[in-house]
Amino acid sequence: MATIKLSEDKINVIKDICKSFGNKSGEVINVLHQVQGKFGYLPAEVQEVIAHELNMPVSKVYGIVSFYSFFTMEPKGEHPIDICLGTACYVRGAEKVLDAFSRELGIQVGKCTPDGKFSLNTLRCVGACGLAPVAMIGEKVYGRLTPDMVPGILAEYK
Amino acid sequence: MINVTIDNKAIQVPEGTTILKAARMAGIDIPTLCYFELDGMNFENKPGGCRVCMVEVTKDFNGKPRRNLAPACATDCVEGMEVLTASPRALNARKTVLELILSDHPNDCLQCEKSGDCELQSLAARMGIREIPFKGEQTTYKKDTTLSVYRDMDKCVYCRRCETMCNKFQTAGALSGVNRGFPSVVAPAFEQKLGDSSCINCGQCVQVCPVGALTLVDNIKNVMDALADPTKKVVVQTAPAVRVALGEEFGMQPGEIVTGKMAAALRRLGFDRVFDTDWSADLTIMEEGTELLGRLKKALAGEPVKLPMFTSCCPAWVAFYEKNFPDLLEYPSTAKSPQGMFGAVAKNFLAPKMGVKREDLVVVSIMPCLAKKSELARQELGNGTDQDVNFSLTTRELAHMLKQCNIDLNQLPEEDFDNPLGQSTGAAVIFGATGGVMEAALRTAYEVHTGKTLPRIDFEETRGFQGIKEATIDFDGFPLKIAVAYSLANARKLMEQVRNGNPNGYHFIEVMACPGGCIGGAGQPYHHGKSDIIRKRMEAIYREDSGKPIRKSHENPDIIAIYKEYYGEPCGHLSHEQLHTHYFDRSDKLEATK
Amino acid sequence: MAKYKMHILICGGTGCKSSNSLQIIENFHNILAEKNLADEVQVIKTGCFGFCEKGPIVKIMPDNTFYTQVTPEDVRRIVDEHIIKGRKVPDLLYTNPENKEHVSDSKHMDFYKKQIRIALRNCGFVDPENIEESISRGGYEGLAKCLTEMTPEQVIAEMKASGLRGRGGAGFPTGLKWELCAKNKADQKYVICNADEGDPGAFMDRSILEGDPNSIVEAMAICGYAIGATKGLVYIRAEYPLAIDRLKIAINQAREYGLLGKDILGTGFEFDIELRYGAGAFVCGEETALIHSMEGQRGEPTLKPPFPAVSGYMGKPSNVNNVETFANVPVIITKGAEWFSKIGTEKSKGTKVFALAGQINNVGLIEVPMGITLREIIYEIGGGIKDGRQFKAVQTGGPSGGCLTAKHLDTAIDYDSLVAAGSMMGSGGMVVMDETSCMPAIAKFYLEFTCEESCGKCTPCRVGNKRLCELLEKITNGTGTMEDLESLRNLAAVIKDSALCGLGQTSPNPVLSTLDNFWDEYVEHVVDKKCRAGVCKKLMQYVIDPEKCIGCGKCAKGCPVETIQRTDYIAPGHKLASFHIEASKCIKCGACINNCKFGAISIK
Repeated sequence: MATIKLSEDKINVIKDICKSFGNKSGEVINVLHQVQGKFGYLPAEVQEVIAHELNMPVSKVYGIVSFYSFFTMEPKGEHPIDICLGTACYVRGAEKVLDAFSRELGIQVGKCTPDGKFSLNTLRCVGACGLAPVAMIGEKVYGRLTPDMVPGILAEYK
Repeated sequence: MINVTIDNKAIQVPEGTTILKAARMAGIDIPTLCYFELDGMNFENKPGGCRVCMVEVTKDFNGKPRRNLAPACATDCVEGMEVLTASPRALNARKTVLELILSDHPNDCLQCEKSGDCELQSLAARMGIREIPFKGEQTTYKKDTTLSVYRDMDKCVYCRRCETMCNKFQTAGALSGVNRGFPSVVAPAFEQKLGDSSCINCGQCVQVCPVGALTLVDNIKNVMDALADPTKKVVVQTAPAVRVALGEEFGMQPGEIVTGKMAAALRRLGFDRVFDTDWSADLTIMEEGTELLGRLKKALAGEPVKLPMFTSCCPAWVAFYEKNFPDLLEYPSTAKSPQGMFGAVAKNFLAPKMGVKREDLVVVSIMPCLAKKSELARQELGNGTDQDVNFSLTTRELAHMLKQCNIDLNQLPEEDFDNPLGQSTGAAVIFGATGGVMEAALRTAYEVHTGKTLPRIDFEETRGFQGIKEATIDFDGFPLKIAVAYSLANARKLMEQVRNGNPNGYHFIEVMACPGGCIGGAGQPYHHGKSDIIRKRMEAIYREDSGKPIRKSHENPDIIAIYKEYYGEPCGHLSHEQLHTHYFDRSDKLEATK
Repeated sequence: MAKYKMHILICGGTGCKSSNSLQIIENFHNILAEKNLADEVQVIKTGCFGFCEKGPIVKIMPDNTFYTQVTPEDVRRIVDEHIIKGRKVPDLLYTNPENKEHVSDSKHMDFYKKQIRIALRNCGFVDPENIEESISRGGYEGLAKCLTEMTPEQVIAEMKASGLRGRGGAGFPTGLKWELCAKNKADQKYVICNADEGDPGAFMDRSILEGDPNSIVEAMAICGYAIGATKGLVYIRAEYPLAIDRLKIAINQAREYGLLGKDILGTGFEFDIELRYGAGAFVCGEETALIHSMEGQRGEPTLKPPFPAVSGYMGKPSNVNNVETFANVPVIITKGAEWFSKIGTEKSKGTKVFALAGQINNVGLIEVPMGITLREIIYEIGGGIKDGRQFKAVQTGGPSGGCLTAKHLDTAIDYDSLVAAGSMMGSGGMVVMDETSCMPAIAKFYLEFTCEESCGKCTPCRVGNKRLCELLEKITNGTGTMEDLESLRNLAAVIKDSALCGLGQTSPNPVLSTLDNFWDEYVEHVVDKKCRAGVCKKLMQYVIDPEKCIGCGKCAKGCPVETIQRTDYIAPGHKLASFHIEASKCIKCGACINNCKFGAISIK
């Protein structure tokens, strides 16, 4: 057991969120959603504080974080890029689009560019199958993508 | 009762009986892997995950065959059900599932600590696996060890027994299922080291692990080296629960008492003196009993005092309250455990008597326990450079060591322990079973407190496998309220009560971490879920007690002698220095940084 | 809606929003204000119209004009021409691909002709953020009827008589499910709506929640009344922010209107709804896993029995239905079980919403009566295969379903016929594939999904699916053997027979159905080391035809791994030496083929 070190501001944010859910361990998933919403990701110390506040083993918190794909322990880039790999997008060539992003950015899926500008991830269906293949950069959806459109799209953010 | 037919054999079973149990009643043994139950000891692991026990239900509640195979361990029988446990379809699935498990297993049986005791190995042998048709990626994880537990999760079959033990039975919360899909594994948070987690080293995860994923930290070589070192004198102490279980490793029936043979065996291994932790258990009772009476007296006089007092012999329990109840550290008795007291007496009292420097006296303990390996390293149980107890071996390690040295317990005569740290009473023996420390303490505390002879020696109310036992003992007019718990989940319930003002007014509480107490310890021979084995060990403990000429700790002549010669009186100055300890807040703490 | 003369309905669903429909709405507001028409013409942001292929969609009422692929710049023309002068804007109308005629009324469009919209009845017609619009179209009448005219037993009897089956997967009869839960006495029961749509390629639940959240609120209250529950919980994907917002608005408005809360409609009936968020786990579509997730645990399924109807959320009797199932409930109550049960086939009543996607002309969300054929869906509603290519397969049921072929095109589809054909209804994903799809690669795609989404609890799913995936990898990279194909089939059968939950038990379906229907293609991969669809990279080679190559070098410039070099061969008639691709270094990205304007590069 150890000492958990985190900035006071962050501790207070987490404490407030936990408190708003009555510090109940059954609400841990809701708490994780909100905390990730605030910080963008869930590093180990953050999970430890949550466990501490909800009076539950941190192993359980990590068990949950590592189970659900929505939760991440990796920080995201300034412009998170998500490529839809749902079936509709897949059969319309999403993999090639993904390869193009990966090549242009020089990073693998799940990683962040060294300058912290872009991170590249995949997701399953954003529900815009009519526009397949689809990618999201931040909140913005790009549809009917082809690999040669990728450099132009990235240029918007440089 | 309902009627079921299993492999064409019609039987009647009570409602709520699983197919697995019904089959066993019919003499049909369906193999299992993840399933693990300790009958009557509050432990059940039935995730239905391994899919080894799949059977074909040819007639279900609706008179039709079931579409899919059913897990026998977790499917209840229904009236008129017909089951085939070894149909070609069931066998094919069972074999394929086993092949799949083996395809993600290192299969390094020859070097594996668990070899010979491995449930997966036995299953593979039983199912006649000759090749593994599936080749592919295997999961790998970092190896990890504490002083007690070694983890090699490459061997994990994800049965979740350890997770259930850690969370449901002990509520230690060190382990959880993490990740999902193929990389799933049971691990501490962030796959950190077990030693950095809330693990209390009870080792029950090791006791229930079907494979070699969780094993004990083997100290045989350390002890062998010490025995071979001509500059050292090596003495050994053996805990109460070891003598009722060691025989199992040599083909004897569970519950056979091998005290004399064990003493003989240890002597053959070359230990210079063969002593008994039972002796120091008697010493523990003197210290702990006196401490209890002291607190009671203060309470009666209206002085502020921490009650109830908790026992402190179980190192997993000590680690548990240090990590989880830092606000209640003044409640447990400050008496060291019998292992610890023995070490202190050996290094401080015995070494000069034997004419050796304490550094040249190697103290080895034989314990039913994995937590003792961690306990002996506590800084307050040594002088800074030399620990009071140097090595602790489990019952299983002792058996291995004997076998390595060609010593067959069956062939040995019965011998006595050496003195002066060898003579013990029945009160000390029962330390090995849940409720035993309580009963031993009551035997002494009653007589010391009242000055009267006990009307009855056996306290039936502290015995048996109930998870929490409560009783009020008439201390000559004073109603002493006691509780006895095993499994730290039960202990947690009692601690929460104490935290909330002790509404039941307990005065004294005994806690042991393991199922049934030390007889179910993690260092004992694997029981593989056969709770009868633990029951037999408990019966043996009480048999040994009732056969002893002296059954109260304060009547042990060697104990009386050592107080006279060395310690003066229980809870006196010297015993405080050597036989008592203190506890540390080891809980997680938040620290705000800027 | 009375005071306005005209209404402009603009799709605000996720698909159209992605193509700037919100800007269209803003432009309408601005331009109408500019022309002083804001009081006469109402602009409504609706849910999905279904015809996502042609989005953004703008619909003008009352004349039911259906404009497609509208841009923000088109708004001024629509206002000037249609709103002010009453003349339709022809180039924005839908064009019938066969006779190239403009169709203005959606009723006459092939896409809508064969659809019967029950679950989607309000999607695209109401402002989902305004409960009054919902009420004006019959919303909450079903709830009122239940509370004032029917006993809970009668509600259940009506549901049973309707023949409605669960729309989320296996098709368990809804009325029976309610009855089982109603029978169990408890101090608290729960109505749970499964809105954790996880099937990649299906988005009907999202569209219903975005387009008509009130129907779900109403249906859950009806269910609560029937089974004796006062609490409802919606387990919704956190990735659906718009659906979450709209559902929250609907719940709040329903509370304000006394349609949720204590004493609903003055009848003494109490019911309220809370949201719980999913966190990205397909397995949580399985009801026991969903319940564990709502309780704040890892979403691992547990064995049934006990069924949720006996011991569900927090150990209390719980009834779990998915969004589309609930969306049918209010109409069944108002129009009656008899009406509903007339639609569909003998064992599958009513309609089913499908998310039609893939290599098809009209991608979108459709609702069709059970018993319709795949041919009708693909060729009439879907408008046939994209770019005039050949139909190869249609995948239904998502990762739990299978691939059907041309021989199944005339099967009347319902729960049972799909299972008989080796697939399943699932949540209603329907992905159409043409000859550019490789079936072993498709099977691998689904298995990769299952492996990623497996909770890991049981061996067949955790290890078995991994091994299936590895076998498929071998096959698609050209190192597979005929024994591997046998192994694949046997292992798939055991997983189906022995996995713990529905996800595991159905996960081998994509493998088994493609083995059954596309055996030749597997054999080609294994024996001939050939992928006829040109998908499996390891089995293909990019080659430059030296006779066609003019030596411009564009291919070499665009090659990310610099594996294209000039040769010293100049083809007759060309001035520059041709190029050559060094096969061993080629990563088969396809950049060269896209860059070559002379058709000199091909895949062998």
